[in-house]
Order: sequence, then structure tokens, then C-alpha cells
Amino acid sequence: MIINHPILGPRDAQEFVYLGDANLINRPDGLTASPQEMHDYVYLRTNPAGEHRELWYHEQGDRSWLVVTRNTVTHEITKVELARDVARQMGRSK
Amino acid sequence: MSQVNRISGGQIDRTQSIRFTFDGQPYAGHPGDTLASALLANGVQLMGRSFKYHRPRGPLSAGSEEPNALVELRSGARQEPNTRATVAELFDGLTANSQNRWPSLRFDALAINDRLNTFFTAGFYYKTFMWPAAFWEKVYEPIIRRAAGLGSMSRLEDPDEYDKGFLHCDLLIIGAGPAGLMAALTAGRAGARVILADEDFRMGGRLNAETYAVGDQAGADWAAAAVAELASLPNVRLMNRTTVVGAFDHGIYSAVERVSDHLPTPLPGKPRQTLWRIYSAHAISAGGATERPVAFENNDRPGIMLAGSLRAFANRWGVAAGDRVAVFTNNDDGLRSAKDLQAKGVDVVAVIDCREGGDLLPGIRHLRGAEVIDSGGRLGLKSISVRQSSGKTEVIRVNALGVSGGWNPNVNITSHHRSRPEWRADIAAFVPGAGGPDNLISAGAAAGILSTHGALATGQAQALVVLERLGRSAKPAALPKAEDAPIAISPLWYVHHGKGRAWIDPQNDVTIKDVKLAHQENFSSVEHLKRYTTLGMATDQGKTGNVIGLAVMAELTGRSIPETGTTIYRPPYTPVAMGTLAGRSRGKEFKPFRLTPSHKWATEQGAVFVEVGNWLRAQWLPREGETHWRQSVDREVLATRKSVGICDVTTLGKIDIQGTDAGAFLDRVYANTFSTLAVGKCRYGLMLREDGMVFDDGTTARMGEHEFVMTTTTANAVTVFRHLEYCRQCLWPDMDVQLISTTEAWAQYSVAGPNARRLLQKIVDQDISDVAFPYMGAGNVTVCGGLRARLFRISFSGELAYEIAVPTRYGDAMIRKLVEAGAEYDAVVYGTETLGVMRIEKGHVAGNELNGQSTALNMGLGKMVSKKKDSIGMAMAQREGMNNPAGYRLVGVKPVDAANALTAGSHFLEIGAAPIVENDGGWLTSMVYSPHLGSHIALGYLRGGDQKIGRRMRAVNFLNKTDIEVEIVSPHFFDPEGERLRG
Repeated sequence: MIINHPILGPRDAQEFVYLGDANLINRPDGLTASPQEMHDYVYLRTNPAGEHRELWYHEQGDRSWLVVTRNTVTHEITKVELARDVARQMGRSK
Repeated sequence: MSQVNRISGGQIDRTQSIRFTFDGQPYAGHPGDTLASALLANGVQLMGRSFKYHRPRGPLSAGSEEPNALVELRSGARQEPNTRATVAELFDGLTANSQNRWPSLRFDALAINDRLNTFFTAGFYYKTFMWPAAFWEKVYEPIIRRAAGLGSMSRLEDPDEYDKGFLHCDLLIIGAGPAGLMAALTAGRAGARVILADEDFRMGGRLNAETYAVGDQAGADWAAAAVAELASLPNVRLMNRTTVVGAFDHGIYSAVERVSDHLPTPLPGKPRQTLWRIYSAHAISAGGATERPVAFENNDRPGIMLAGSLRAFANRWGVAAGDRVAVFTNNDDGLRSAKDLQAKGVDVVAVIDCREGGDLLPGIRHLRGAEVIDSGGRLGLKSISVRQSSGKTEVIRVNALGVSGGWNPNVNITSHHRSRPEWRADIAAFVPGAGGPDNLISAGAAAGILSTHGALATGQAQALVVLERLGRSAKPAALPKAEDAPIAISPLWYVHHGKGRAWIDPQNDVTIKDVKLAHQENFSSVEHLKRYTTLGMATDQGKTGNVIGLAVMAELTGRSIPETGTTIYRPPYTPVAMGTLAGRSRGKEFKPFRLTPSHKWATEQGAVFVEVGNWLRAQWLPREGETHWRQSVDREVLATRKSVGICDVTTLGKIDIQGTDAGAFLDRVYANTFSTLAVGKCRYGLMLREDGMVFDDGTTARMGEHEFVMTTTTANAVTVFRHLEYCRQCLWPDMDVQLISTTEAWAQYSVAGPNARRLLQKIVDQDISDVAFPYMGAGNVTVCGGLRARLFRISFSGELAYEIAVPTRYGDAMIRKLVEAGAEYDAVVYGTETLGVMRIEKGHVAGNELNGQSTALNMGLGKMVSKKKDSIGMAMAQREGMNNPAGYRLVGVKPVDAANALTAGSHFLEIGAAPIVENDGGWLTSMVYSPHLGSHIALGYLRGGDQKIGRRMRAVNFLNKTDIEVEIVSPHFFDPEGERLRG
């Protein structure tokens, strides 16, 4: 696969490490989250046959974490964003 | 033997003769020959034995689809099993041997299997070797393994090199037949960057095997001219001997170039094969079509081959497969084979045409409405039985038969993306289906356009489609005139006659009967059919046989062929050698060592090394007279505890963490608190995973208000860094914190023991007295009169200890300096074994305890998890199950009788308890001999262990059958109050 890195342009997927569902960005606050909420965050993932937003890490590159929108059936990649930008859009800060 | 079957013409160089041997017998051929064409020219039809029945076999085809003529090529370390004789290029001195036969190809003892064929039907293994179950591993499998299998390996190291390469282009064209050449000319002339790859050594595809004219030239000449023009274009790369074996995501293709297979040995510095990774914006599949046979009884005899291959051997290689030839066909293309052979002067004794109508071939006995129902001849074809339209049966003496059941477009590459081939009734074949990537399109016979004109026209048209997508303008050029004959096929899959076996997959010995049996036993879906009968699972992937099997199943189930379905192909298109996939990743190049800064020095000392991940670390450093590793390790431990020892700890991961939020960041990633750490101090940190299990540990020092240096375990250096980047970018994107891995930037040495300070004070320029540099102090210092260094007063050994770090390039000088400065204190340098002994004596956890399944509480570090702040894993660590008072706790273990040795991995049992799972109390994680205590000691995880200190239990090991009484003690065997390290 080829991932179109927002800063570095098209890069071979071999340069990246895959983590999984980009929903991991939505981490609840450990002090206030209910056990159920924390459990769901840690263990539950949707596993769609189709469009999936997922985290990839450019380990053999610039160390950017990316959110890649990829169709798990066709492997078509429709969007690649910096995870930091996505996290900010989701309201995360410090 | 002379080349008795060599006839006129062909693209071989008759001015040169090439000598080769097959099964030890010398033969001669010409440049341009394949092993198969040369053997046929010498009158050799018998080239192998089949997989299961050991039936005599000759080539079915003249190309890469070959299922039968598999040989062992070359000898010694270069011996290569299962090579298709039909694609092996002849070179002078080539040696080939037949395989899967004993004692000889002509007399094969295991041909007895053929007589026992009623036992060896589909599902034979599943049915026969089911019971007794205990027999499987010891009796059945070894017998089957010995009897089955085709060629044999040399079992020697491959002397050749294999390479990998990367190529980029606008358009990859797969196949250099008329369609591929026309596409390449169109795109190449328009300036696009084109790669044209063909598996053959001679480009031109089917044009080389036909007598067709293209324009006013012979087809082969037109192809040669096209190749010459393409070679002159700088934007076109021609790759012959290159098979595109797989289509992957986003326009990535893999191709195997057989750089040196046509030579006795690779030229100096050249690889034998290269695996190319081709990145292409667009691709055109122009891989042509593969002919399929019609099945009839005993249709697998040497001499029976595909009609188009019979023609190819005659036209391209000047070889008649026999001197009395017949053709059996269901389509007009088969008639062409008869005509071409006749034109070459070969005696074509009959054409058996299953169709009733059409024109009679002039000058040939053309039997219409007739079928071949059987064949005769033990090691080669001697006769065929023909059932004429009148019903009369006639035996015709022939020694070669061409069979044509129609042509299957090569949909292989286009189905690698799971696009399902679609059935086209007019040509009775599958063509590439929808659902593949947009930038992979097909042209010519690969697209089901089976005429030469059609190939040229679609090759040009598809190239124009690509050029338009690339934004290049190009106009269609006038096409050379070429034949445009219709297909005229009347589907016939197998001859309905008799009770004998009719082969559809000759390599795996799958017959029509096997398909019928699969159906009878309800394995009638295509996927079941394939696996139950092994149809299409041989090295040829069923290129000639799959569609026949499918058609037979369709007939049996009363469904149409498209309703019955098709199995899709997977990469690779043709078999790829393991060495090619490995490329240069062999031995050290597969797993290079990382060497520590003291490696050279340690080598000079005769150190024994151990692999730690990719690192090589000194395990112990034997001195003269020491014959057993324990002597060295005991000496190193005692000397360190008595005076001072030095150890290279560079392999630990080091991460510099800077920024105004660095302290707050560490509070989030460590379970304990770091923001309160004073500048110039360090602290042990425990890092959890989000599920609450311990991830890693290490000390982190505060070098400045906004500057920390973290250490990780050697094993987790990469994963911790990745995790920190994840936390920084994905979870807290606005924190002002920057990370850089400095593992390789600093050479770091531990200096431990009562004389550690005295030794280091000789090297460090600043005052490092206990007052100036107290326990857990950290800071930037200089050494040897000004070289920048980092000093940490931390201890893994339990001794007064420091770790001193200098820029890596000074690492070698530093170890020499430390040893020199330590001479007056009898300093030793110790390895990982001594490191392990001292950490176990001190009760520190390491890899064996940090096993990914342990909590802070298990390790006796539960209080380190701060609940006052949020950190990764803090919330989940509060779960009830992870706080079970009777859960595992880290304990120390001593044998009651000090003479007894302990074994890591032993399980705790109460005294008198039966050794069953229910009574299992936990296990010993780490074990060493402690010279200090004069006994083996161990650490372990024991259920409720903190409540069991002082208790006697047993350490039971079923592997080495030991059952030793032990005492449960505190894990801190040595200096439990920590007085020494604060000294």
C-alpha cells in the first residue's frame, strides 16, 4: 500500500507501523471515567468491512502519527491526516 | 543421439550446438532452445513422473503453464527441483535429471500406485489415515512424506545471490505479445515512462510461435522490430525473463527477473534472480491466453500435448513432437495446428474434430463429429482410439497428439485483487471481471480478444486510455494488418466414454472420476472441489485444468459454469524461489548485530557474547584459567561487591524529553509522579499499558526544569518511544513536549561497588562526594578534563553505583579509561550474567518478571501507582481482579538444602500437595547461583506470596523432574535496608 503522508507525500506502507482504530484518540480521563467507559475504550473496537479510520505511525520516517481513512475491503485510502490535527479537532488539548 | 525430430525453421541458432545431459545421457541442442524443445528434438518425450500415481509424463505445453515436465536442474548446491523444462533455457553444460522416480524414469517402482488407483481417489488421505489417531504422526505421515513430493533439495547452502530492486513508472505492461508490444509502442512513443515485462527470454509472445503475418512481415519479425524500436526509447524499460508474479495494493507489482538462470553460473557480481517491486500509476495486463485440453481416457501419455504447444514447438523451435501426428480439437484454432504441421512437412495422419459442420481441411484426413476416446503406449504415445460420428471405433497409430479445448484468457493477475472472472459463452472462457482497481486494465487475449488484430487494436486502445488518464495527448496510429479470425468453438470438456481415468490436473493426478466422487460426496462447491480433490493446488495452480474441473462440476450439478463459480488466483503467478523472496536478507544481513561501544575492547578481552534483541552484549569475561562460566561470573560478582565492577549498559533505551510540559507529560505516562522531582535528581518510574499491566520500567532524571532523560529496558526501547509519541501527538496534542531517542548517542557504563566513587572521582572533573552528588543524583558533568558527560547515581546491583554516559564516539576510550583507573582497586568488567545475579540478589524485576501479564501489585510495587493523577493504565489497574489479595506477589526463593539447584519455570506446590493444576501456586521467574549467599536463589510469582514469607514449599519441575523443598523469603536477599547504595 501507499500512504499519502500529509507532509512527506506518498510513502510505502512498509515504512509505517499500524496501531488500529483511530477512536483510541478519544481517551477518557482516567480520574473521572466510569469503569464501563474505560473498559469500552480499552477493549471495544468496531471492525467494519468498509471505511475505517485508523492510526499509523511513520516509524521509519518522520515519526508522525497519522489518521488514515482506509476501506478495509478494497484497501482504498481516501484521506490521510496528521493525528495531532485530528485530536485537536476532537477537542483534545493538554 | 541426434536431433531426430528437428525440422526446418524456428528461432534457434543452428550455427551453434549446445551440449547438455538429461538423466546422465548426453544430448545436443541449439541456442534458443528450451530444455523441453531440445529433448523433444532428440526424440525424448518422457520427462517425468506424476505426483501420486507415478505415471510417465512428457510436456503438456510449451510454456510456464506446464504441469508435467518438471525436472531437477543443475547439480550440487545449485540443484533446483521442480523446474519446468518448457521454460528452462538451454545452456552449454546444462545438467537435468528427472524426479519423483526410483530407480529410474523408465522403470519406477512406485508406479505400483497406478495399479492401486482405486484406493488413491479424492479424499484418500482423509479417509484412509483417520485411525488409529496415534498412527498419524509416527506411521502414516513419514510414509506419505517419503512417497509424495516431487523434486528434492540439495540441502546445501545456496551459493548464489539474490537481489531486490525498486522501479517506478507511469505504465507497467505485463506481457510482450502483440497486445503488449502495441501498447508499449503507443505509450512509449507518447513519452510515458513504460516498463514492458515478459516472462519469456524472447519478446513477442504468441507471435514467435505462429506463422501469422503482421503487416507485410512475419509476426515474429514484426515483434523483433517493435522490440528494437522500444529499446531505442529512453523512457521505455524492456524486461525480458521477468515474470510479474503479483498485483498488490495501490499500483504495486512484484516481478521476478531471472537475471542469470540462462547461464551456467551468474556473472561476477550479478545476482541469480532479482525481485522487483514496481510502483506503477497504471498497468495493462497483456499476458495472453493459455490453451486447455479436452479430457479423455489415458490422456496423460507422453506425446499428448496442447495443440497450440505442438504448433509452437514446430514453428518457434523447429521441432516435431512426433513423426506421426494427430490433432483433437473442438475449435478452429486446433485446425491451425494441423495446417502448420502439415506445412512443415510433418505427417498429420488425422484431425479429430468434435464438431459436425464447417469446412474440411484440404489434404488432411479430417474426421468431423469424432472424438478421441482412449490412448495406448506405456512410456509414450503409440496409438489413439477414435470414435467416429458413425459410432465406429478406430485405432490410429500416432506418436504425438495435439489437443485443443479452447483458450483461457490469463485472468490470473487481474484476480489478485479478488475481482472475480466473468464467463463469456461465445469464447467458452472466463475473462477479467469487474471489481479490480481502475488502474489495472487488460488487453488482447488476456481480455478475451483472441485474434492478432484484436490484440493489436486493444493494446493500442488501452494504452490511449492510460495516456489520457496521465494527461498526455496521443492519437491512434494505423495498425498493421493482421488475422482477425473468429473463435468458432463448440465447448467440449471431456469425452463421455468408458470407465477409465481422464486427467484434468495431471500434476496432482486429478481425474474426472475424482470430480465425480467429490460431487457424490457433496463437495460440490468450487472451493470444496479444489480442496477435496487437490485440483489446481499443484505448482501450476491449475492453469490448464481448473476450468475443466469447474465445467464437469457444473454438468454434474445441472448448473451453468458461471453459476458454479470460479476459484480466483492468488500470487504468485508462477512459483518463486524462497531465495528470491529473501533477497539479500540472509544471515547477518537478515539480522544485523548492534554492537556496544565497548565491543572492540570486550572482544580483545575474550568476552563471551550473548544476543539481546539485535544487540551483542558481553555475557561474561573469562580470565585465564577459568574453564567454566560460573567461575567467571562468581568472580565478577564477588569482586564487584568487594571493590568495584564496570558494565556496559548502553543498550538500555534513552529518550530525551524536553519542553515546558515535560514534567506533566511524564506524570501521564508513568504510574508514579515526576513533576515533583527536583532538578538534578532521578527516580525509578513504572510505566503501565492502558489495560493496567506493567509495560516498562527504568529511571528518569531531571537534568533541568524542562529537561528529562528517560531510560527504558533494552527490549522496549523502540516500543516505549513509539508509545510516547502516540501519547504526545494523539492524546495531548497541545502539550509542549519534544522527544528524541538518544540510545545510540550515548555510551553508558555502570560503575558499581564500594570503590565506585573513588574510581570515578579519578575521571570526573567535578566533586562527586556523597554530599555533592547524593544517592539518586543526576547531572551534566565533564570527564577527563572537559569532555561532556552525564552522571547518574543509580544502582541496579544494590551497591554504591553510578552510571556515566559519554558521547558514543568516546565509548571505546571510556571503557579503557575506566579499566585503567580501576586497576588500583582490582576493578572487574562484568557481563550480563553478573548483572543478572546482582539484580536478583537485590530483588529487582527484569524481563522475566516484566512479562506483559504482571501488574505493579504482582511485583510488590502497587503503591507506586498514584491515584491522585490520571496516567496511562491507572484507571484499569484499579479493577477488582487485578487487586486480588490472593493474587501473585513477587517473592524470593531459597532451597532449604543449599546444595540443591533451582530451575526457573518450576512451579510452587505446598508440601504434600498433589502436582495438579488446581494446586499450582505460581512459578519461579528467575534463578541464579548467588556466590554471596553460597546458594541458588530465585525470584518467583507466588499466589498470596506476601503472606507466605518464611513458609516452606516445593519447587516442582516436570521437565527436568525435580522436586525441591524451598523457603519463601523476601525478594531482597542482599542489603535489604539499602545501606550500601547510599554509602
